[in-house]
Order: sequence, then structure tokens, then C-alpha cells
Amino acid sequence: MPALPANRLTELQAQANLVRQGIIRSLVAAGSGHSAGPLDMADAFTALYFHVLRHDPKNPEWEDRDRLLLSCGHIAPVRYSAMAYAGYFPVEELLTLRKFGTRLQGHPERVRLPSLETTSGPLGEGLGQGTGMALAAKLDRKDWRVYVVTSDAEHQAGLHWEAAMVAAKFNLDNLICIIDRNFIQIDGSTEDVMPLEPLADKYRSFNWRVLECDGNDMGALIDSLEQAKHGAGKPTVIVAHTLPGKGVSYMEGDYTWHGKPPTKDQAAAALAELAAAYERIVAHA
Amino acid sequence: MLETGNDRAAAAMHLVDYREATSLKQVPTRNGFGEGLVEAGKANPNVLAICADLAESTRMKAFADALPQQYLEIGVHEQMLVAMAAGLASVGKVPFIASYAMFCPGRAWEQVRTTMALNETNVKIAGAHAGVSVGPDGATHQAIEDIAIMRPIPHMLVVVPCDAPQTKKATLAVAERWGPTYLRFGREKSAVITTEDTPFEIGVAQTFRDGDDVAIVACGILVYNALAAAEELARDGIVCRVVNNHTIKPMDEVTILAAARECGAIVTVEEHQVAGGMGSRVAEIVAARHPVPIEFIGVHDQFGQSGDPAELIEYYGMGTSAIVAAVRRAFERKARTA
Repeated sequence: MPALPANRLTELQAQANLVRQGIIRSLVAAGSGHSAGPLDMADAFTALYFHVLRHDPKNPEWEDRDRLLLSCGHIAPVRYSAMAYAGYFPVEELLTLRKFGTRLQGHPERVRLPSLETTSGPLGEGLGQGTGMALAAKLDRKDWRVYVVTSDAEHQAGLHWEAAMVAAKFNLDNLICIIDRNFIQIDGSTEDVMPLEPLADKYRSFNWRVLECDGNDMGALIDSLEQAKHGAGKPTVIVAHTLPGKGVSYMEGDYTWHGKPPTKDQAAAALAELAAAYERIVAHA
Repeated sequence: MLETGNDRAAAAMHLVDYREATSLKQVPTRNGFGEGLVEAGKANPNVLAICADLAESTRMKAFADALPQQYLEIGVHEQMLVAMAAGLASVGKVPFIASYAMFCPGRAWEQVRTTMALNETNVKIAGAHAGVSVGPDGATHQAIEDIAIMRPIPHMLVVVPCDAPQTKKATLAVAERWGPTYLRFGREKSAVITTEDTPFEIGVAQTFRDGDDVAIVACGILVYNALAAAEELARDGIVCRVVNNHTIKPMDEVTILAAARECGAIVTVEEHQVAGGMGSRVAEIVAARHPVPIEFIGVHDQFGQSGDPAELIEYYGMGTSAIVAAVRRAFERKARTA
């Protein structure tokens, strides 16, 4: 597979930085919501919306689009931010997050914003719906793919593994599950709350193909996502190892940022840090 | 057929003569589902049947044999049944998913609410083995709370047909109609009272017997018991209207309010907990618009148990004699309040 040209990589890294800024701006405007997960998945959503997905922001219900499902609905700010920058709606609309009448509900609602594909928030539910969509594509002999973004902690839910079993039975190699492996959940470390390891081996034993990468390394992410497109008669999981709160130094690695937004002062500091990082990325180009 | 003039309502509805109990055909309502599903699948290739290891007892087997390319077996995965069907529906499929009502919707309620209803997907749940008439399997397998958990969910259609032919018609009707749906039916053989010519329209309750002393509003296989009770009461001069109230949601408020106004007393009859069931909805409508005395036939805050189906129906107070007694109570309350 050809490596990504350096200038394209830089473009995507700069875009991911802007997506992070959008997350911080929307969270502080909302006054509630989750911070750590959205920030650590900014690289993956940027890779998907700006490089990997077959989609058209001006025609969000295009029949042959790839389907991107966010199973862990609580990290919605990253999806909303990436969608805004990709052209689905104005970036300023991010400031309506979680407010009355908004299309950007606290947890995603498809009926209000159809390009979300599903309504999500209750954990462990996305892979099941994605499996249904991937199966429909196979039945109709369509070549679009289904991407399901999941949190690591939602792998504690039984339904997720029902879906993993069904997807393998039907050889859904058009189904790609991406795990935000940040090791945190509301009550602490995933390995303290309810151990998930060996997570990759669990998938192997369920007859999935397993890829692993650094989920905050744009080049590595793109490599894995491109490789996943060519399934070997099996569904693929990408274990994306991420650093919670990535890009905002005072949040990085601290599970207490899982479920709260920054204050105004904290947001200003975060935005200043991200703006400085943006300048460094662009200067490097 | 009943003779016109003897009972105009029954004639208009093309009912069989239900007064001759021994001559009635006995067919499980689930058989009607199985037959209807095959027809629906042949008419529309987007109709899929998905089963969770109960193909024979939910009567999906015939569909699996006739239309194997539209049939999916996913094993003991009731939550997945709903989530996966929602995914399939979002790409234009019309998935029918079947299990025992206790497990789907019972086990999968949150998936039903989020992925089917809030997400507005065209999934059809077929809940088999509802009610205590499941019999020997016992309380774990007797769903008597399922209407109560489905009724409050926005967008949900809830249909409980009265016999096998009507279950077939209901299956075909819900396949044609867009929207998240719960279709409920039973395991045991039950009396066939409707015919090919009996009309069926979702949301339109049917008057199976005329009368204005007390209205018996029933659903499911107990509609037959309601008719039998009305027949018995007629001999004592109490003339009951019998309404087959097959659509629990959205309920036919016009027919219910007409029953309240014209009869002045109502007895509701269902094989379900009284709490939150069909009768509860009737009471909401009547209390808000035209209050009259109501008596409720159903299970009163108990679980079922193993036993012979008919024996269980009697034990839990849903037999013909219990309905007769409830009508007498309602009739007396009406006389006192007049």
C-alpha cells in the first residue's frame, strides 16, 4: 500500500487539530458533556471523514455512501465537529450542542440529523445495528462499507458480543469495528472496573480479523483503515490505542475528564494550546 | 354463519356461529402468523424473517422453507434480534423478528425503545407464546406484561388479533404499513370465530355482537370467551355488546367512547396483567371523556405457573364464568349510578 504523501498527512493532522478546537468550543458552550473520549478520537474521525469514507456532505442520504455509526454516543462532540468541518452543517452550529431545539442532541439522534445513521448512547448497541446494515449490503450486492466506532468499555455489554458472533457467522467483510482503546471509563480504569484484556484475542476467538494501531498517529490510522477495506471474508476490528484527552495536556491520561466539560478558563487554555500546536503542524509542512 | 336478524353485528362481520362450541375449529393464532408471513415475503422480497432459535414454535419454519434467501437464523440472541433488524430496516428491508414474547420484546426492551422506536425503523416484532395459555412451560415463558411495556413507547403499533385467520390478516396488514410494530399471539389452539370474509383494518375495533346493557371490550383469544359470556348473559336478559379491540395502540377511541355512551358500563378482557394492559388504555379514554363503571378481566398482579391452558385461564379469572360475573357487577354499578 503506498504511504500517504507527507503534505496530505500534514493536512489531515491540521484538520484533526481544528476538530479538537471545535470539540472544546462546543463543550464549553454546552456546559456539560464528555471531553476525554472526543479528543482522543479526533484523529480517527478526521481520517474517516476527510480520507477514508465514501460520502457526500451535500447529499447525506446518498444510497451508496459508506455508513459510519457511532456506537458510544457520548463522544458525539467529536463526530459533530468532524461533520461540521467536512461540510455537513455550519461550524458555528457546534455551539448549539445539547441546547433546546438543537440537531446536535447530547446523545446522537438520527431522526433529527439523518447522516448520523443511528440513534445511540445506550452502550453496546452500535455493532448490532451495523451488522444489520452490512448484511443488507451483502443481500443487495452493494459495495458500500459499514464502520462502527465503539468505546472500549462498551465491550463489557453482552449485546456487543452477540453482534460480534452474528457478524462472523455471516462473513461480513464489509463491516469494520473501530475501538477507542483509551482504557478509561466513568468509574476508573477499564482494567479495574471490569477487565477487558486480552481484548484482541477475544475478537480472534470470535473469528474476526484484528488490526492494531496507535489511534493518535494519523499515518498509522490511515494504514489500518485502508487495510481494513480489503476484508478476508471476515469482519475486521481495529484496536486503536488512544490517549484520553489527547491534545489538551491537562486532560491527557486523566480518567476524571471522561464525563465533564472544561470551564471557561480551562477551555481558553485548551484552545490556546491547540492553536499553538496548529501553528507548529502548519509550519512543519 | 349466524343468521341476519339473529345478530346483525355477527353477520356483518361474517363470523362463524360461535354458539356451537363443539363445532368450532381450534387453531393456534401463531399458525395465522406463519401463513401470513409467507404471503408477505412472496409479495415483497424486502420482507425478511429473522429467528432466534425458535423457527418451529414461532411458525417461521414455513417461511424458512419457502423463502430461504429471505430468512436468517441468529441463535439465542434476542437483543441482537432487535438491533440487527433496526440496521436492516434502515437500508429498506422489512424485517419480521420472532421469539417468545417474554424474550422479545421482554428481554430486548431498551433495544426496542432506542433502535426501533426512537430511531423510527420499520421493524416488526412477532411475540409468540403470550399469556398464561402457554400452559406447561410455566411462568418464565408466559408473557403477561408485554403489552404494558410496549404501549407507552412513542410510534409503536401494538396489535393483538383474536384468532388464527385474523392473525394472518394482521401479519399481512403490518407488512404493508410502515412503522415499528408489535404483533402478539399465543401458543395454544383457540377457537376460530372469524372467516376469510371478516374485515380487518389496523386501528378499527370491531363490534362482534350488538347490545347496550354492558360493553365487553376484549382482545386476543379471550374474544371467544367474551362472546360465550354474552351468549350466557343474554338468556338472563342482559344484552352485551362485544367489541374485538385488536389494536391496542393506536386504540379506536371512537368505538370505545360509543361503547361507553351507549352501554354505560364496560368490562375489559385480556390475557395480560390488568396493570398497563389494553383495559388500562380503555380506562384512560373513558375516564377522560365519558366516565362509566369499568370492570377489568385479566391477571391481577400475579405470575403464571405450569398447568393446562384452560385450567390456567380459569384459575387466573379469565374464563367465561369470571366474565359473566364481571358483567353482572358492571351492570349493577351502572344501575346504582343511573
